Amino acid sequence: MNRSRDIFTALMAVFLGLVAGAIFMALSGANPFAGFYYMFRGGLMNIERIGNTLATATTLVLTGLSVAFAFRTGLFNIGAAGQMLIGGLVATMMALSNNGALPKFLFIPLVLICAMLGGALWAAIAGFLKARFNVHEVVATIMTNWLAFWIVYYVIPAYFKGKLETESARIPFESSMKLDWLTNLFNGSYINFGVFVALAATAVIAVILNKTVLGYELKAVGFNRHAAEYAGINVSRNVTLAMAISGALAGLAGATYYIGYAVNMQIGILPTAGFDGIAVALLGANSPWGVLASALFFGLLHSGKGFMNAMTKIPPQIGDTIIATIIYFAATSILFVRLYDFLKKKLKKEVKA
Amino acid sequence: MEHVVEMLNITKAFPGIIANDDISIQLRKGEILALLGENGAGKSTLMSILFGLYTPDAGRILVRGKEIQIANPNVANELGIGMVHQHFKLVHNFTVTENIILGMEPKKGPFLQTRDAAEKIRQLSKHYGLNVDPDAKIEDVSVGMQQRVEILKMLYRDAEVLIFDEPTAVLTPQEIIDLMKIMRNLIKEGKSIILITHKLKEIKEIADRCTVIRRGKVIGTVDVEATTSAQMAEMMVGRQVSFTVDKPDQAAGEVVLELKDLRVQSSRKTEAVKGFSLQVRSGEILGLAGVDGNGQTELVEALTGLRKVESGSILFKGKDVTNLSILHRIREGMAHIPEDRQKRGLVLDYTMEENMVLEIYGLPPFAKYGFLNKPEIRKYAEKLMNDFDVRAGEGPLAMARSLSGGNQQKAIVGREVAHDPDLLIAVQPTRGLDVGSIEYIHKRLVEQRNNGKAVLLVSLELDEIMDLSDRIAVISHGELTGIKMPKETNEAEIGLMMAGVSEGAQA
Repeated sequence: MNRSRDIFTALMAVFLGLVAGAIFMALSGANPFAGFYYMFRGGLMNIERIGNTLATATTLVLTGLSVAFAFRTGLFNIGAAGQMLIGGLVATMMALSNNGALPKFLFIPLVLICAMLGGALWAAIAGFLKARFNVHEVVATIMTNWLAFWIVYYVIPAYFKGKLETESARIPFESSMKLDWLTNLFNGSYINFGVFVALAATAVIAVILNKTVLGYELKAVGFNRHAAEYAGINVSRNVTLAMAISGALAGLAGATYYIGYAVNMQIGILPTAGFDGIAVALLGANSPWGVLASALFFGLLHSGKGFMNAMTKIPPQIGDTIIATIIYFAATSILFVRLYDFLKKKLKKEVKA
Repeated sequence: MEHVVEMLNITKAFPGIIANDDISIQLRKGEILALLGENGAGKSTLMSILFGLYTPDAGRILVRGKEIQIANPNVANELGIGMVHQHFKLVHNFTVTENIILGMEPKKGPFLQTRDAAEKIRQLSKHYGLNVDPDAKIEDVSVGMQQRVEILKMLYRDAEVLIFDEPTAVLTPQEIIDLMKIMRNLIKEGKSIILITHKLKEIKEIADRCTVIRRGKVIGTVDVEATTSAQMAEMMVGRQVSFTVDKPDQAAGEVVLELKDLRVQSSRKTEAVKGFSLQVRSGEILGLAGVDGNGQTELVEALTGLRKVESGSILFKGKDVTNLSILHRIREGMAHIPEDRQKRGLVLDYTMEENMVLEIYGLPPFAKYGFLNKPEIRKYAEKLMNDFDVRAGEGPLAMARSLSGGNQQKAIVGREVAHDPDLLIAVQPTRGLDVGSIEYIHKRLVEQRNNGKAVLLVSLELDEIMDLSDRIAVISHGELTGIKMPKETNEAEIGLMMAGVSEGAQA
């Protein structure tokens, strides 16, 4: 019952966001129908574009899961960007040091595990500070974001410099997450092994949250830490663990982004996907499968806006505006909840009458 | 007879329930009218209508003989109707004066003028014997004092009709006596009072007339003087209620819990429990009486492992558990009905079935290899909810939040008793519950005792302690002032001991 309400809320937010986008397009003097046509075409018109949409969505699924998992356990992880950087840095360092020593089928799993550990440990700092000293995780993760930012800023030029001072060397194909057959299947798109990682992560998180003892404990701590404590659950341990799992997901996002989607690691950038994860989680109602769906949708908007811009006079910022408006409507979802309840009541009455 | 407020044939329906069904009440000038009913009977809905929070589907409201529409609380205020809510609506880091003038701040140009207001508050306080300091900050004053600030808020706005919603639920016995005095003063000054409560003792003590509501309907209005408590209880519940608990005599067994010179700090780092020693035996209910805030909370938290012990020891079944984890103590056979059921006892956003296994979700058959066994959990929850008469719309799938307080409490009692604990620590197990639920929970506690288990009952309700306990221990300022057998003592003596007068000093 609540699930259908969540879906209704998300769809309403998307719909109103698109309507708002249409109004902006019309205001900028363009035909909204043409705008949306090119936007969706840009994301879906051929197999390569679909591949790119999926590749963009991959990162968003993982950061979305990271934020959603933290939310479900009562934590606001605003540090997915920093955890992503650490995961990405670990992956980049490994990829540039491998030199074909390990074959791909061994190397990729190893990188994924290390990136997860990197993100997990990074996030666990904030978790530990929260559990032990009651430092709010928002404050702590904002700090660790900048720590990660400056670590990358130092490490990449110092040890892994590429052609430019501001980026790492190019990730060689034998260490990259791009797979020959997958790239060929999608006509040379950015799509990479991360797509499977994201799908697997969604399923694993869904199982952890809904079916395991661990999920029961973590959610209990998230909903009511006093009651969890009363029931004998170790609250401190669970807060740290919840942050670590959330960070592990962001770490995965970093690995798939920096050695899968991208060709090198740039310095001086906090990846926006880390923050977009918050929006993805919000629209997905913090449920793993909801996150998957909303990440796909956001991925579509992200990858379609360039094409829309090329084919019409609509500025690409409209795409971002639509995303922002959807976030706004998702955040004020209580309005839709009311509407949903109202419609349901009315429907019931009519059925009775 | 002059009526200040008349609510005639009020009907108000919510989806699925008729909260008020053709209810009429009449408040005479200068009287205290009690509104008696179980939780969910419709008392609060009715008062919310009078206060302008809901509009009735049908019916009329007359104030001083004139029919009026109360669209919102501001209209109610203007009509001289004020309400003291069960949960106070105060800004904690504001002073008393600032809280009272909130919403009608006296201004001089852009500046706040509090001096005159403070003076008026001082006058009012003196006039009605409220003893409130207008300059004190809310966070520094006691709960009883906060309630008086709420009363002052109404008086400051010249309210003539005062509605009290369960005013004694949060008060200590001494504060209750003070409140009664204040209410009498208010009546003397010509105010009229509606008192919402389900405590018969208070009605007997102070009310003139009593209107009984059951399931949204008025059962009758009686003259309190001429009606017994038992009669009113029967009107409220719809069947005969036994006030006394049948308890066969039985000898207590071996010592289950022993506290030795226990010292515990409060959250504010002051010593709350000061060298407390006590024994609880199997097959007995030991009642711990005391005024709220005398170290009971800290003592219980130390016992259950929620709070660190500074010094001294806790022996459970002969084993030192002073530094064992909470979970360890639960597994050893301790169960705890917590003081605050919504804060500690339940995860409100979990379903009932999830709540019923709150301490045992990780044990077989409820979990295997780290995965929850949902069918087993549901079966268990269904059985418990059935056995303990926990009523919820969607059964085990209902959110804990959606249950009434009585059903939430019955669920917690059921869950804890089902662990078959050697020691049951019950803290305020019937707070805020209606007569029917209280009777039920008392029976269950006595059952534990009859089965040879130890029960530590911590309660602020002296009646409850007197009725149930085999022995009564009294705590005052974190120290044991004495242990009495209920047959050899009376409320007055226990009351003195609660105030810190020890047995020796009294003799």
